[in-house]
Amino acid sequence: MHAKSVITSPSPQAPIRHGHGPLVITGLAWSGTGTIASADVSIDGGRNWQQARLDGPSLDKSLHRFYLEIDWDGRDLYLQSRATDALGYTQPTKEALRTFRGSASIYHMNGIQTWHVNSSGEAENVEIS
Amino acid sequence: MSRFPEIALASLLMTTPAFAEPLGLGRTALPEEIAAWDIDIRPDGLGLPEGRGNAWDGMDLYEAQCAHCHGVFGEAVGNWPQLAGGFGTLTDEHPVKTIGSYWPFASTVWDYVNRAMPYGAAQTLEPDEVYAITAYLLYLNDLVDDDFELSHENFAEVRLPNEDGFYLDDRKESEWPTFTQAPCMSDCIPGEAQVTMRAAVLDVTPDQDHSVLRDAAPDTAEAEVGSEAPAEPDPELVAAGERAFRACAACHAVGEGARNGVGPSLDGIVGSPAARADGFRYSPALTAAAGDGLVWTEEELVAFIENPRQYLSGNRMSYAGMRNAEDRAAVVAYLSTFGD
Repeated sequence: MHAKSVITSPSPQAPIRHGHGPLVITGLAWSGTGTIASADVSIDGGRNWQQARLDGPSLDKSLHRFYLEIDWDGRDLYLQSRATDALGYTQPTKEALRTFRGSASIYHMNGIQTWHVNSSGEAENVEIS
Repeated sequence: MSRFPEIALASLLMTTPAFAEPLGLGRTALPEEIAAWDIDIRPDGLGLPEGRGNAWDGMDLYEAQCAHCHGVFGEAVGNWPQLAGGFGTLTDEHPVKTIGSYWPFASTVWDYVNRAMPYGAAQTLEPDEVYAITAYLLYLNDLVDDDFELSHENFAEVRLPNEDGFYLDDRKESEWPTFTQAPCMSDCIPGEAQVTMRAAVLDVTPDQDHSVLRDAAPDTAEAEVGSEAPAEPDPELVAAGERAFRACAACHAVGEGARNGVGPSLDGIVGSPAARADGFRYSPALTAAAGDGLVWTEEELVAFIENPRQYLSGNRMSYAGMRNAEDRAAVVAYLSTFGD
């Protein structure tokens, strides 16, 4: 499989319990074709992206932990992450995958995925426009 | 078995000094162990054990061991996988992917049934049984006739309709030029994000407690107490019937509180009008016969059980028939002991 990533915190299993203020967003990125070159995080559903900090070691076809620190004011978050692997392949949106593979298939495995985080810090797995 | 693993290991040892020294762990697998693990079947049939089985025999095995999840006709019960039908749906919004509509090779059927089925009792089937079940699954998909026999000799001749629907991975040519461009970093999408679907609604999480299967059997009213006292049948005959009824019990329940399953509850069936179990969806053929006044007298039931398809064309009881006349009489005697 090509580049993929997921935010592990916050997430449905790891809601924000410490209230508003400094927040560390962290997740995992990996690729079946090699190492991860970079990972980006969006807090507004893919409108704007910030480069996350990759933790080491960076090994072939292995999980790469990434971090992004933000100051959360309590507004709704639409968290997304996207990985770019060493070949320059960037994890696509589901929308982009559908343009190539159609909406009928279930083969949108590595599409960018969204957590909606509400003001109390609870996260839910959603699709967004 | 392929030589590839040994070659790959040899090159790894040569190029990776850290692994050159034995770690003193484990032992070399015995030839018998490797043979026990090496059960994969290739599309051309390589790996198949010698054996044979026909669709008729496969039907009995399938109904006893597979139908309670996959449905009598491979139509699936609840969320269990559908095995037959779905032809022409692959480009639909919700494609129905079955052995007939989707799978490229029959070897996958044989391998999967042999390796993983029946659920909870994997690798308990004999090769001849796997051939028979595979033959029946091909029959359910209208790919062979009901007298078809599948064996190691004719296996490679079986072709599935969607074999040519698969193609080599072309993503490097089709998708990579797009997905290797520098990604957008700001103002990538106009407007604010709006939730269009929630995973809880999408039902992407499988059922954990098998409630789908449990709920698939529709509730029926509590068994009512019969108003007429049944005639007293011969106890020995009833006992023999109880044994013979095992062939029926995968689909039919009897006794107090018996529910409809794959087949209808049979409480009170002897002497009653046909197609009368509450909440059971009978075939149009049987419903029509009931409308014409069919009553399940002992004689009619015996005739039906002997060869259901010949007795009433189009009925849904997918059962080859009970060949032994004594068994048939015994089963009907056994059924007569269950009132409404």
